Amino acid sequence: MNIVENFDLFAPRLINKQELLSSGHRACSGCAEVLAVRLMCKALGENTVIASATGCMEIVSSMFPTTAWQVPWIHVAFENAASVASGIEAGLKALRKKGRIDDRYIKVVGMGGDGATMDIGFQALSGAMERGHDMIFVCFDNEAYMNTGIQRSSGTPMGASTTTAPAGKVSMGQKTWKKNMPEIMVAHEIPYVATVCPSYPLDFIRKIEKAKSIKGPSYIHCFSMCPTGWRSPSHTAVSIGRLAVETGVFPLFEVEHGHYRLSPDMPKKLKPIKDYFKPQGRFRHLTPDEIEVIQERVTVEFRKLAEKAKFLKTGNE
Amino acid sequence: MGKRIGMEVAVAVAEAVGLCNIDMAAVYPITPQSHIAEHLSDLVANGQIDAEFVTVESEHSAMSAVIGASGAGARSYTATSSQGLMYMHELLPIASAMRLPITMAIANRAVSGPLNILNDHTDIMPQRDSGWISVFVENGQEAIDMSIMAFKIAEHKDVMLPVNVNIDGFQLTHMVEPFEMPSQEEVDAFLPPFVPHATLHPAKPVTMGAFAMSDYFTEIMKAKDEALLNSKKVILDVWDEWAKMFGRSYKPVETYKADDADVLMLTMGSMGETAQMAIDQLRGRGVKAGLVKLRLWRPFPHSEIKAVLKNVKKLIVTDRAISFGGPGGPVFSEIKSALYAEASRPLIYNYIFGLGGRDVAVGEFVGMVDKVLADTKNKAADTYEFWGVRE
Repeated sequence: MNIVENFDLFAPRLINKQELLSSGHRACSGCAEVLAVRLMCKALGENTVIASATGCMEIVSSMFPTTAWQVPWIHVAFENAASVASGIEAGLKALRKKGRIDDRYIKVVGMGGDGATMDIGFQALSGAMERGHDMIFVCFDNEAYMNTGIQRSSGTPMGASTTTAPAGKVSMGQKTWKKNMPEIMVAHEIPYVATVCPSYPLDFIRKIEKAKSIKGPSYIHCFSMCPTGWRSPSHTAVSIGRLAVETGVFPLFEVEHGHYRLSPDMPKKLKPIKDYFKPQGRFRHLTPDEIEVIQERVTVEFRKLAEKAKFLKTGNE
Repeated sequence: MGKRIGMEVAVAVAEAVGLCNIDMAAVYPITPQSHIAEHLSDLVANGQIDAEFVTVESEHSAMSAVIGASGAGARSYTATSSQGLMYMHELLPIASAMRLPITMAIANRAVSGPLNILNDHTDIMPQRDSGWISVFVENGQEAIDMSIMAFKIAEHKDVMLPVNVNIDGFQLTHMVEPFEMPSQEEVDAFLPPFVPHATLHPAKPVTMGAFAMSDYFTEIMKAKDEALLNSKKVILDVWDEWAKMFGRSYKPVETYKADDADVLMLTMGSMGETAQMAIDQLRGRGVKAGLVKLRLWRPFPHSEIKAVLKNVKKLIVTDRAISFGGPGGPVFSEIKSALYAEASRPLIYNYIFGLGGRDVAVGEFVGMVDKVLADTKNKAADTYEFWGVRE
């Protein structure tokens, strides 16, 4: 029996019922990112401190004097969620050692969007990961600056139309390939790197739980479909996430101490990327030739990943 | 009892901070601050202080990390200078808005361009409106004393604001000076443990750094202004307490031979001692000159400034920074604004000098006083001039 297909049956038994991101926040309807943050909180549990970057999740969850957060949460600025998290980790470590706070294990988590992770916050993240803090950083990647109005980032995929890389008579939209952030994090030789998608909640939760259990820095890259920015109906958030995985555009995998593993949710045979592009307005302008160029790249990139999973697997697999 | 020692001032500042039972420090190297970072990391490496030393990849992350640690309830410290302070700039008003009692040493240095590593006050002046308590020190002893007192002021329940201690780069940081270093027992008796108001701990979850629009923003700004204004009482109390314990007293505004002076000179930071020698020289010639030293920059000591300047005819304000295309030096415009509503106020002359490490010698101050006294038609009053500039 497919767990994801029968999610209603399994969810109550497999997923923490506690909501640490409460309802009443101001996210757009159909936002996959807020669903992902909810799942992340369920997996982390209450002994968590979150440092958030400026962005959609900060704006929708913390409108003063209200808050949606049931866990300790701090927002400082756009580019420094990882540095703030690293400081919290250092502070809590010192206080625990000196017996000034109770002895419980607390996981510190930094979170930000693709801009806060891959562009403006890149240096802070690299520094925090390199220093080996016991923390998780989660990038909620909706592939553009959605909070400011759908401007392109280095996470925007080739061919997507955004407000600063629009499709036009002489432009196909984004002209560069998406920055491969998970591989950059793997190159930091941190203990754990994984990709997740809220359309696969059990895989998602398992990976967050694993990151939580690992001592040292972990990086989670989360595919966060944005109906507003991707020009798709709000009911498509979950299905488009599924298509991203099924076409290999966003493969689910994890890298533990340098060993690659594809998620069991990855299909044996990938669907063509046009299936993924079709429900999204941001790719509507692409010609079959342009789609073919992107298809080739996706195929090659997935093959590279599959090779790594084959040759850089753990000893017991 | 503290002991009398000779030491490089930057190293002594790190020693003094080491006596304050800090929990965490995050510092990024920059000349002329680096000796503070290096010596602090030595103290941690040798187990002399029990703290986490986070070797961040930038000053922006240094301030971010101390904000995080302070939010978690840890006594947190950083130090920087010049470009590093400019890089932190974005975060300074956030730290004060969150009411985090971070303390920071600033080894004052010229801001680029052109690149220059030497002393002036162009780095701290753009941070003026960040909502931090800001003090300037004149010598090594003061740098030590202010560094320790900064924690007590910042963490006081009626303050809960960050504090920066301005120590002139090289002119002070790299000087070997004699001073009295308090003992650990004395600092322990003076400085109580940090009891934070709210912390990032799951035992009692809080949200820090929330998003506020026009319906709350103005009220939050007013609250911050009131907090900074109200901090003055605590600053004075803590300085008094220090005087009682250690015999060294500090005031927001200090004077030297000012009571009968016809002309007063106003300085901030390390040049005060040089100016003092100039006053002695002038007095030797029968010139009735005196000195005013401004120690507390924020909250600005309006009443004290008014009191010491109320009878003087001419005032020279020295500035080691300039507001380009504006009223002159930042200290000058502050003093003018403080005196505007007074019934009698002095003629004010503004000299901008000592930029990018250019030497500030006794003769410079003497020359300024002579020039101002010779200006019988008051032509140069109320304007600014670059002193000693080649044209």
